[in-house]
Amino acid sequence: MRVTLFVTCLVDNFQPNVGKATVQLLEKLGCEVSFPTSQVCCGQPTYNSGYVKEAKHAAKNMIQVFEEAEYVVTPSGSCATMFREYPNLFKGDAKWEERAKKLAEKTYELTQFIVDILKITDVGARLKGRATYHTSCHMTRLLGVKEAPFTLLSNVQDLEIVKLPKSENCCGFGGTFSIKMMPISEQMVDEKVESVEQTEADYLISGDCGCLMNIGGRIERLDKQIKVMHIAEVLNSR
Amino acid sequence: MGIKISNNQFKERVSEGIENTTMRGAVSNAQERLYTRRLTASQELGNWEEWRELGEQIRQHTLENLDYYLMQLSESVTNRGGHVFFAKTKEEAANYIKEVTEKKNARKIVKSKSMVTEEIELNKTLESIGCEVVESDLGEYILQINDYEPPSHIVAPALHLTKEQIRDIFQEKLGYELSEDPYEMTKFVRKILRQHFMEAEIGITGCNFAVANTGSICLVTNEGNADLVASIPKTHIAVMGMERLVPTMEELDVLVGLLTRSAVGQKLTSYITTVGPKYDEEADGPEEFHLVIVDNGRSNILGTEFQSVLQCIRCAACINVCPVYRHIGGHAYGSIYPGPIGAVLSPLLGGYDYYKELPYASSLCAACTDACPVKIPLHELLLKHRQVIVEKEGRAPLTEKVAMKMFGMGTSSTNLYNLGTKVAPVIMKPIVSGERISKGIGPLKNWTAIREFPAPSKERFRDWFEDYKKGGRNE
Repeated sequence: MRVTLFVTCLVDNFQPNVGKATVQLLEKLGCEVSFPTSQVCCGQPTYNSGYVKEAKHAAKNMIQVFEEAEYVVTPSGSCATMFREYPNLFKGDAKWEERAKKLAEKTYELTQFIVDILKITDVGARLKGRATYHTSCHMTRLLGVKEAPFTLLSNVQDLEIVKLPKSENCCGFGGTFSIKMMPISEQMVDEKVESVEQTEADYLISGDCGCLMNIGGRIERLDKQIKVMHIAEVLNSR
Repeated sequence: MGIKISNNQFKERVSEGIENTTMRGAVSNAQERLYTRRLTASQELGNWEEWRELGEQIRQHTLENLDYYLMQLSESVTNRGGHVFFAKTKEEAANYIKEVTEKKNARKIVKSKSMVTEEIELNKTLESIGCEVVESDLGEYILQINDYEPPSHIVAPALHLTKEQIRDIFQEKLGYELSEDPYEMTKFVRKILRQHFMEAEIGITGCNFAVANTGSICLVTNEGNADLVASIPKTHIAVMGMERLVPTMEELDVLVGLLTRSAVGQKLTSYITTVGPKYDEEADGPEEFHLVIVDNGRSNILGTEFQSVLQCIRCAACINVCPVYRHIGGHAYGSIYPGPIGAVLSPLLGGYDYYKELPYASSLCAACTDACPVKIPLHELLLKHRQVIVEKEGRAPLTEKVAMKMFGMGTSSTNLYNLGTKVAPVIMKPIVSGERISKGIGPLKNWTAIREFPAPSKERFRDWFEDYKKGGRNE
């Protein structure tokens, strides 16, 4: 199966290992992965801050970049959600709405793609330890991907998954919210770190780099001994 | 004042909320309890999503035909012998009620809980002509005797107080001598309120829903106080927001079920009553009935991109799941309407001058949108506010504008992106230690105030991929 990778700007610049793991994992599962280098950012930071005009520029670029793709796969629930939002962004725009719809329809978050399209539930991964999984708000509530990450994680050998208490709570990232509303964000991320600690997990896993940067950054600042991993890295562990 | 409950700036209000650990404990406990109860109640009913869709349809249909249903409601009430007053502003609404009160020579008025009477500052107006106004909802009563402390929640106005704090208020204000046991405290207040119910000449209620074709007002409570307010005094005045109506009893049935389950996790509350002008064959009940229909900015929302906010049935489910509300409390919103619904509604009713920060007081986690029983896309409306603030109102701070414009340029052109991401590690080098940034500058300052920020990777993913595809690398 031919897959076009939308790696996200966070992964490209800050977490390239997540991108590498995604490529290697998809290849192991029999996919041919391509990466169009003219891809940039989905435009979510500007869109969520009210700069819709700027977001549209970014979106138009991405629509063109992925026009020829059969499947667009991304290791981020939040960025996949943004692609799914494009038809709304261009509502009533004769030139772009249809093209936006086509992109939205063929875009998948990584675990969603593996479970729903590749129909694989065991990727043959192995990781020793105890882990908990943070369900990101955009992936679960907006994209509607709730089961796929757990299905895949439950089949990782030697990995014990512990339920995260109050898992429905947001971690306090929210893009620019984490900066603009820092005092509130701090309370939210502390609440999340506390929940993670209660699980006594070695690893905190999630499918969104934004959340992981936030929770991980706080964990590091507080000097807690919990390793933060993206689900692509876990599923690519042998 | 109107919906405004504070003169402090947003930042101060947030700090005050965060520092108030007692309040946060009370709010967090209440949220947890209400969350579980709401989930159980919706699961028990079954097909929750379909019920929500039905609720949404009913509300949308009513709003799209609001002129028709308001006319029908007005006629139904008038035909039954009641009086209807359409108030364009809060002053008009309060003045009308003042005039009725003066005509009746009333000295004592009992009220049941009503957000719209808070909105029109009714108590202040009535007290200015020497009336004694008594709030009969237990939560409202606590706040009233506590020198009119503002409500922090639209269903449970004193949700921010613990039972110990309430005991102290009763001790100080009413000479209460018993314990903080809710049963004992309620029994004590009940006795006081009974006397007021018997003495009041006018009863003022809100209106959960008005039924257009029957001219009835539906009141939903667990305390039964609204029933006493609407039945003992000789005059009953009901005050409603102009959007709070349903076509017939059939739609009322659906919405009341959604309301009670979403608000308090109950199939039905203890008292659900429909009242209205007295029918000739009825032996008792108020002799005079007035319905005050309040616009106060609502019609400006109709027909705009914010219209769906008028679908709201004031259940507070969005407030009860909101993590921001949990940490800052209701008062921090500076409005009688807090939480996600307040962050959408307050700028619309009260203007951006005082409420421009509220749409940003959300991580866009969408828990509110998920919880709303009539499917108001709350987080999307918050985004629309942000767009209006930036693009129409031009109120965004200059530094943000510059940063966003630059980011916008960098994210729509591959060349600029490449330039930016190649230069970033060099520029950031002085503030990087190891693999992280602990003391950021510019927009990063607030990030690193509480957490580490990863240093930009020396090799971007795209550089690795290029090599990898050439077959040069396999790690």
